[in-house]
Amino acid sequence: MSSRVEILNEGGYRSDGRKQYELRDMAVDLSQQGAADGSATLSHGLTQVQASVFGPREAKLRSQTFYDRATINVELSIASFSTGERRKRSRNDKRTLELAAAIKSTFEPVVQTNLYPRTQIDIYIQVIQQDGGLLQACINATTLALACAGIPLLDFVCAVTGGVHSTSSMLDLTTLEENDLPYVTVATMPSSGKVTLATMETRLHVDRFEEIFRLACDAGQVIHKEMRAALRTRTAVLLAAVQSTTVPSGDAGGDKDDEPMYEYR
Amino acid sequence: MVDITIRKRPRIEAVVTQRKFFKKTAKGKVIKVLRERYLRDDVGCGVEDCTECSGHKTLPLAPRVNHSTFSGAHFLLPDTNVFLSQMDLIESDLFNTPMILLQTVIEEVRHRSLPLYNRLKALMKADGKRIWVFYNEYRSETAIVREENETPNDRNDRGIRKASSWYGSHIAATHRQSSVPQIVLLTEDVANRTKAKQDGIKAHSVKQYVEGMPESAKLLDLLAAVGSEEIAPTRAAGGAHQSLYPDYLPPSTLAAGIKSGHLHQGHFSANQYNYLEGTVNVPAFSKPILLVGRENMNRSVQGDVIVVEVFDEKEWRAPADEVVDQEANLKNDDAEDSGSDDEEDQILAVSESKAIQTSASNERQPTGRVVGIIKRNWRTYVCHIDSTSLTSSNSTSLSVQTVFATPVSRLLPRIRLRTRQAPTLVGQKILVTIDRWENTSRYPEGHFVRALGKAESKEAEQESLLLEYEVAYRPFGKAILDCLPVEGDKWAVPPKELGGPVWRDREDLRDMIICSIDPPGCQDIDDALHARKLPNGNIEAGVHIADVSNFVHPDTPMDHEAAARGTTVYLVDNRIDMLPHLLGTNLCSLRPYVERLAFSAIWELSPEGDIVNVRFCKSVIASKAAFTYEEAQTRKDDPKLDDELTQSIRLLNTLALKLKQKRMEAGALNLASPEVKIHLDSSESSDPIDVEQKEQRETNSLVEEFMLLANISVARKIQESFPGTAVLRRHLPPPRTNFEKLQDILKKRKGLNLDVSSSGALAASLDLCQDPTNPAFNTLVRIMATRCMLSAEYFCSGSVARDTFGHYGLASDIYTHFTSPIRRYADVLAHRQLSAAIGYSPLHPVLHSKQHVERILDVVNRRHRMGQMAGRASVEFYVGLALKGRSEKTTVREEAFVIRTFRNGLGVFVSSLGLEGLVMFKRDIKFDADNYTISVPGPNGEVEVSVFDKVVVNIAVEKDRNTQRGKVKMTLVEPVDSSGM
Ligand SMILES: [Zn+2]
Repeated sequence: MSSRVEILNEGGYRSDGRKQYELRDMAVDLSQQGAADGSATLSHGLTQVQASVFGPREAKLRSQTFYDRATINVELSIASFSTGERRKRSRNDKRTLELAAAIKSTFEPVVQTNLYPRTQIDIYIQVIQQDGGLLQACINATTLALACAGIPLLDFVCAVTGGVHSTSSMLDLTTLEENDLPYVTVATMPSSGKVTLATMETRLHVDRFEEIFRLACDAGQVIHKEMRAALRTRTAVLLAAVQSTTVPSGDAGGDKDDEPMYEYR
Repeated sequence: MVDITIRKRPRIEAVVTQRKFFKKTAKGKVIKVLRERYLRDDVGCGVEDCTECSGHKTLPLAPRVNHSTFSGAHFLLPDTNVFLSQMDLIESDLFNTPMILLQTVIEEVRHRSLPLYNRLKALMKADGKRIWVFYNEYRSETAIVREENETPNDRNDRGIRKASSWYGSHIAATHRQSSVPQIVLLTEDVANRTKAKQDGIKAHSVKQYVEGMPESAKLLDLLAAVGSEEIAPTRAAGGAHQSLYPDYLPPSTLAAGIKSGHLHQGHFSANQYNYLEGTVNVPAFSKPILLVGRENMNRSVQGDVIVVEVFDEKEWRAPADEVVDQEANLKNDDAEDSGSDDEEDQILAVSESKAIQTSASNERQPTGRVVGIIKRNWRTYVCHIDSTSLTSSNSTSLSVQTVFATPVSRLLPRIRLRTRQAPTLVGQKILVTIDRWENTSRYPEGHFVRALGKAESKEAEQESLLLEYEVAYRPFGKAILDCLPVEGDKWAVPPKELGGPVWRDREDLRDMIICSIDPPGCQDIDDALHARKLPNGNIEAGVHIADVSNFVHPDTPMDHEAAARGTTVYLVDNRIDMLPHLLGTNLCSLRPYVERLAFSAIWELSPEGDIVNVRFCKSVIASKAAFTYEEAQTRKDDPKLDDELTQSIRLLNTLALKLKQKRMEAGALNLASPEVKIHLDSSESSDPIDVEQKEQRETNSLVEEFMLLANISVARKIQESFPGTAVLRRHLPPPRTNFEKLQDILKKRKGLNLDVSSSGALAASLDLCQDPTNPAFNTLVRIMATRCMLSAEYFCSGSVARDTFGHYGLASDIYTHFTSPIRRYADVLAHRQLSAAIGYSPLHPVLHSKQHVERILDVVNRRHRMGQMAGRASVEFYVGLALKGRSEKTTVREEAFVIRTFRNGLGVFVSSLGLEGLVMFKRDIKFDADNYTISVPGPNGEVEVSVFDKVVVNIAVEKDRNTQRGKVKMTLVEPVDSSGM
């Protein structure tokens, strides 16, 4: 069925009108969600996820308490209506657990857990709609939610998928493309250039891998810019709100470029 | 670093950019699909000097065509139907107006017909054409959304009109000239034209437009018969004419019927002996379903994918046992009349129904009728014009005539076509396409594409043969030749001392005593061999294959061309190469005394022929001799010679005997196909002077054994390294029912049993099929057994179950093709995979992709099959020529074997000529279908003739007066003279 749709046509357009290295539209909503300490709703094209962060708060289970750092829990739930075919996935579904584990291991080295001993940080991710790049969306949303919760991170984590069609590589795949191509999800830390995650579910030749890997790292920078802009906007809004209530004169605004919580570069 | 950006999409656009639809999966689940698209402003228009669009431009501002209506520059914008129905016209070199091809149109063509889509793609790349592809669905101004209650067709038509008007305003806005090119929408749909005119778009029908072109007379012939006004029956003036065929069922009914199991889908195959009969193989029945008579075949053409309804079991029957010739039966049909109710028709109906109802055998098979067509597989066919169908044979007449074109292939019906050139086309081979087949017309309707030349001229015959079997024979283009080494034929293996990339990881085998053994006159030597004794008593044997992958790199124009050609095609007096000449016969050919690059498989074999170990390496060799089979044989048998080369050949020969014995013990089949060799007078005249059967020498089998060994060893290696995508070859075991007929004949006629339970059993029982009085009998049985088998095929190892990898004929559990990379593309792929498997070079990513490998192998399989058929047809043509030459001097009288019996004739096989033919009787004779015997009246009473009997026939070549085509005609001489019958 998918063979009827051309993945990359002669004019260099993908099936949704993008070119090889064009990423899908990214929309970020960082408004407060209920009791969460930080939350982010993020969409890459038609893929939409919501991440909420609670914590750091006192660890509930003794077995999961570390005297020198915080524990991170990741729970993922995929809405049954998120894919075309309605399908209920339980929380213990293998694929769901796998994704949660990948997200957890991505953030463990990035979150400065040593600042909060004997606590836990809970990350809840709700998948609302899927059209490829699920892991990428989850990771990016988590980064934003953590930042909103004011949890110190060593760096942003920006994830993106990359695949190869015949010999042409392309970025940010849709479900249609993911079904047809070998692809990788790469999560990078843009300022240090370090990679915290690279997963593959299909075979990919090592030469191609290298190429995609490099591309994905570059794409990480682009996504980083977008995420940073979203955070800045929110900070500005918060700041304005704070100023209008406590400092009516408005002369203490200070440097707008200075992010008040943490310098994420 | 490449430019990575995020495509922003404003929220309000969601209606245009998102599409939600429901689709049903193969399992019957309904799923919701949500897609989005990104609209852009940078999709180029392709018009020269556009001030807004950047990039490459192909649409010229200067007028290119001197059209009577549009004197200035103008661009054609055809809709989908134009490409679906008028591809021949658009492909013509005379049709050279610059064209805008919309994405909507391309996608619709692709959806409707893959072959046409492929032709369209080739057209987009063709040199002389000025075609610009405009991606209208991605440009914000031209993208449209299907409205409620709008059919997909209407939506596309609207999109095409929108693009047309956008182009008009865009060109005007971006060019300062006073007269800018016009856009002409080309469509056959009247409603669409009316709507276009309302929108201020110029719209023409194809015919209307072509009539204004300078070469309109020639182009109008290429126009396909669309719409009923084109070929209208002249005599059916009085109202609607009667349907000759039942209507097809609607597609939804067909799909439901197939699913519920009461309808069946399969490929239609026509019967070459009887034009009123066809069969279709469907999974639900072990025997093919018989379709008897025109009405039941219901306009199916060879190769079409059809849907049949099977009749009640009491109507099942055996196939007709009579030869029914279309030309003889239908010679009085009038082409001008699409044929319904007149007297001739009655007579025809009577004679046809008589032909249908003759079957004495009580062997029954399912019968049925065609109720629908899933897919037409029509292409261009090589035909002759039937001279009797011409109303005016005045050679200067330019009036339009409706005539019959008789396809060369006996499997096809006659085609009705209209042409102005009929008188000049008589006696020529021409190409004809079928356009449609209405149920009111007895014959399909088509149009003339081009003439190939005088029938029986060698050029025309050759070209028609290549066309008939879809062999790509155009010379290699510049882009392909540019892939060759720049040194040309001066290219040589660089000196080893200098090192360089060529010598990297290559073994130096230049001192090895290597030789090649091939048929005489072989120019593309792709294999060479060596063998020597090792100190431990074992033997080292090596097969060295031309290192084609060193020259043909993946994903280059040369690689694409080779993949598309798939194989070199050998005709009697010509060879259509897969790779350019320079590689095939020079740089890759392992000529003697020259250093050449090779890919070597080197075994250590025990004296018994068991493999101790095997290794593969890239190498440089210098062959010490190029023998013919005969020379090698003489050398081996010459007791006076004892040099290294001779020893090597003897060693190889001994091992080959062992290897062969092992294979035979494992159950390999020794098959036979009628192979003859054509002697050409000289290379210039290429008149065949004689035909002889191919001779088999010991050394033939020597080479064969080592090639098999190499192929098997390589297959194991690449399968191990790339289990998902290894390029392998298999031969599925034939279904037992295929042998039933042959088993029955052997049993009844000769009292012999054919055990088909396994390839080993079959081999053994074939050996027992002997007739002491008739040594050729065994070969004949082998030929007939071979025809019961399936053909071998290439496949991708990840695509089929492991237990179906086996090669039935060779009795090997795994096999591939590695030894002829110069002339077979599958071998090139195997080389690349083996090279990666030994770590010599990385594997190109496409060879990691299962879908890609499958796609290539599909093409290669098809090309392989077609190439073989073309080769056989070429031999047949020359046998015909040789016969004609001979029969002009004397009567040609040959021994023949009866292979089939009919109510009114015999099918015979002349082994000395490799020729199969028919002996027909006009008179009715006694026929015993169950015993495969007919009784022919002779001077001394009736004489029985049965299958496997040896007879003597006279062979003559007669020219068919109507079609100008040579026809082999056989008459029985012994045991009875049948010339008067
Ligand atoms: Zn433009």
